[in-house]
Amino acid sequence: MVNPSDSAKPLFLQIRELIEDQIVNDQLKEGDQAPSTNQLVNFYKINHATVSKGITQLVDEGILFKKRGIGMFVAEGAKKTLVQQRKKAFVENYVTGLVQEAEKLGITEAEIIELIKSTKGRDA
Amino acid sequence: MAASVQLNHVTLKFKKFEALKDVSLTLEAGKIHGLIGRNGAGKTSLLSLIAAFREPTSGEVLVDGAPVFENPEKMEQVAFVYDKDYKEETEKVKKLISLASHYRPHFDTEYAKQLIKRFKLPVNKPVNKLSKGMQSALNVVIGLASRAPVTIFDEAYLGMDAPSREIFYKEILQDQEDHPRTFILSTHLVSEMDYLFDNVVIIDQGTVLLHEPYETIEAHGVSVTGAAQEVDIFTAGMKQLNEQQLGGTKSVMIYGNLGDAKRQEARAQGLEIGPVSLQDLFIHLTEEAN
Repeated sequence: MVNPSDSAKPLFLQIRELIEDQIVNDQLKEGDQAPSTNQLVNFYKINHATVSKGITQLVDEGILFKKRGIGMFVAEGAKKTLVQQRKKAFVENYVTGLVQEAEKLGITEAEIIELIKSTKGRDA
Repeated sequence: MAASVQLNHVTLKFKKFEALKDVSLTLEAGKIHGLIGRNGAGKTSLLSLIAAFREPTSGEVLVDGAPVFENPEKMEQVAFVYDKDYKEETEKVKKLISLASHYRPHFDTEYAKQLIKRFKLPVNKPVNKLSKGMQSALNVVIGLASRAPVTIFDEAYLGMDAPSREIFYKEILQDQEDHPRTFILSTHLVSEMDYLFDNVVIIDQGTVLLHEPYETIEAHGVSVTGAAQEVDIFTAGMKQLNEQQLGGTKSVMIYGNLGDAKRQEARAQGLEIGPVSLQDLFIHLTEEAN
């Protein structure tokens, strides 16, 4: 759920990520129709201009494509592109911070790996 | 059907009081315009001129390029929904709807019936026996179903409960998609309605303080947060609307085009650039003007 008060992240980015998430976790498959701007406006109560900005970015990057008069669809290869983008972002957003913090706390590499394994084990 | 609205150097005086001072404003056809302002700023004065309820003291008010005052052809293009006094109105709901359908050339009776169901209005009840919220809902029904090329809602939601207001907003968006027209919504519920606006007009003390597309306002209004000293250096020379400080952390609200380079510079300095709501901008812009 988009929650404007929740985050300093611009709303159009949140909208964009919301659609990305649905593509990455297969709720929206390639060739599927994406929610229309109006549906998103009504659902999240976010301004038309803001929603359009997020959607336009996805169109510009070839994640979504427009069919005139019908709507917006998920492009072929969209998921692959997104997963690649996100893997890159994963390093910046998570790994870099993890390594830096571990260094600060004196956690060794072996310990990090142990921690990851035990966390994964818990969730499985 | 949508019509544009244009005000050229409009002044409106009530005896010595100037309600509007040399206002020039163009409202693009087919858009939803949000009109906001403090109490007594001149919102209703402005709207009543567009609806030809009054004549401007000087200047001109045009609907699709022609003066609207005492111009029946243009006047029927404009529907003005406001907080009407229904104390003496003993006619039934359905009678009022049918009356409206007679003098509104684009009136859609089927749509009005749908809306009445959605708002759960009792059609056979005299209007003065309805609750305040239901009277407002009736006004909203007449305004929406009028499909007038210029449809004005002046604080039309008064007394309506939250679920009814939600229906109102949804219907505006839906009907705008199916039958585009020019909406002007004046409101004090800024944070509740801002997502509806394509354009925003802020008026203050009879003048236009700001008139921008929502997009621009969203991009220009930002908060800069970080170490007080850094924030001061970064925001020096910018239009500052408000500042808050908590210990060594400061947050300054600014209005202006930052641009990508400036944003990156902020990030590099460890400053956080955050969004500002229209409500907050409105509060501090009008505060500053006073």
